[in-house]
Amino acid sequence: MSDSNRLVGQERRSDGFWACLALPGVGWLALFFLLPFYVILCVAFGTVDPIFQTPSPEWNPLAWNTAAFEFVFEGLFTSGAAFQTVFVRTLAYVAIATALALLIAYPVAYYVARYGGRWKGLLLVGLIAPFFISYLMRMLAWINLLQDDGWVNDVLVWVGILDAPRNWLDGRASSVILGLVYGYVPFMILPLYAFLDRIDKSLLEAARDLGASPFQAFRMVTLPLSMPAILAGIVIIALPMFGDYYTPDLLSQSPSTSMIGNQIVLYIQGGQQIPVGAALVVVLMLFLSVLMGYYLYATARAQRRLGR
Amino acid sequence: MTRLRDWWANPWGKPRFLVLYTALYLVWSIVPILVAIRFSFNEGRSRSTAQGWSLRWYTEDPDLSVLNDPALSSALVQSLRLAVIAALVTVPLGVALAIGLTRWRGRGAGTSRAVSLATLVTPEIVMGTALLLVFVHLLTFVQLGTVAQAIGHITFSLVFVVIIVRGRLLAIGPQYEEAARDLGASQLQAVRLALLPMLVPAIVASGIIVFAISMDDFVISAFLSSGTSTDTVPVRIYATGRTAPTPALNALATLTLALTLVIALVGFLLWRAVRATRGQTGSTVGEFAALDAESVP
Repeated sequence: MSDSNRLVGQERRSDGFWACLALPGVGWLALFFLLPFYVILCVAFGTVDPIFQTPSPEWNPLAWNTAAFEFVFEGLFTSGAAFQTVFVRTLAYVAIATALALLIAYPVAYYVARYGGRWKGLLLVGLIAPFFISYLMRMLAWINLLQDDGWVNDVLVWVGILDAPRNWLDGRASSVILGLVYGYVPFMILPLYAFLDRIDKSLLEAARDLGASPFQAFRMVTLPLSMPAILAGIVIIALPMFGDYYTPDLLSQSPSTSMIGNQIVLYIQGGQQIPVGAALVVVLMLFLSVLMGYYLYATARAQRRLGR
Repeated sequence: MTRLRDWWANPWGKPRFLVLYTALYLVWSIVPILVAIRFSFNEGRSRSTAQGWSLRWYTEDPDLSVLNDPALSSALVQSLRLAVIAALVTVPLGVALAIGLTRWRGRGAGTSRAVSLATLVTPEIVMGTALLLVFVHLLTFVQLGTVAQAIGHITFSLVFVVIIVRGRLLAIGPQYEEAARDLGASQLQAVRLALLPMLVPAIVASGIIVFAISMDDFVISAFLSSGTSTDTVPVRIYATGRTAPTPALNALATLTLALTLVIALVGFLLWRAVRATRGQTGSTVGEFAALDAESVP
């Protein structure tokens, strides 16, 4: 027993060593991740220099000026205002694209995890490949395909679905959503695969032994078990989609498909109203933190239910 | 009808619908890329139809090929430079952070863990804006351009190293360091001699991942670029994707892809080799996928 006392002392001393090991990384994140957030707040609550039109951040929280936030909230809560339209559109695009991605990702992940067999290695290479291809290159590929004289139009006209080639790249929601689904679906498949691959097959055998049909076994065992992975997959692709601006820029280039990310870029890089851009970022972050909070809560609940 | 029901209910039968579905997905996922690569070898200027075969847009065209258009070749160099810097700095920083965070129990440990995970779920546009504003208004000694971009890449890729190395550390457990300590090693020696050799596969894997996500990054590189000279390949694709008059952009993208794949493949073979010398077995691709799945942004 005296031994364990000695160990506790040693552990306490070693704790300082572990903290020192973590220090450079923690310091880095404090300097380049936490501090920048404070600067965003200071710019969003700051003012704009009346002569040079450059933002002057307000470093003192007691003197923060809420003009930029008032502007953003007025735009968000006035029906028909630009911010509200864009925000609702972003929500719709993300919801549709995420739902489509789930419809594509789940069966594929399920098939590879359960029936991959000796092809599993090759199938996994196919699922991983998009990770090593730049997202922008994957959008470029669709720009090539969706041109007026591109192969998509060729095929659709040849099959007879279209009478004449259609311009897919001039502000169509369908093209943007296609881009989002194509771009983000690999990020959903892999976590789903990793999770489904770990499900104990004897649970399914038990369900079958107790008289469940394969579909019932799937619905009552596999699907509930994979709820946490589905939620994780949804959050993993929905969060970056909310900040996406390059997919609509590349596949539509029209204000009629602009998303919240496009608005942020417009204000941040446009110059004169940078505090409004910073305030938009803060509002987006707050909105997403609600999503993330819900996700953490739902995951914890799903795990509790499974544990029971 | 009964035959169909039997076929459907047969637990040992092949799920034909899923086979077709997965095959279609893979075709849909890969064919557009192959088409884009195909057009990069066009003889003509079209980016939407096949026009013969040539290396015109890679090397031959005197003004517009990747080799001879500085805007294109410099983007490739910049992408590569950033990815190498990011991998070289992020891996040591992240390994130390992962070991520290996994073993550290005292005050501040929980917060530090939460902060490092928070970078994983922060959309890039938020991080890009934050870094841009901090470099313009507060840390003004950091110039926009390569240094700022490298800092950005290191910041968002740190968490991937932490996740990969931490997963391995939890699997190893603390007993090896404890044994080393019992045998008289100092704490640093225990980490260096007992722990690090066992972490080599995870370190190699995280190096590949950092390299790949740095090559892939668009938002941070774009926000922190100081102009055309520090544009990376994705930034160039964004800037000229709709207006580029020739397939040279496809050639640039193809070269970047080939480079990333070669480095990933070399890294993968290295990873498999060091893993084998450590006596770990099992499906290598499968485990690699699991690693990647954990580190998905």
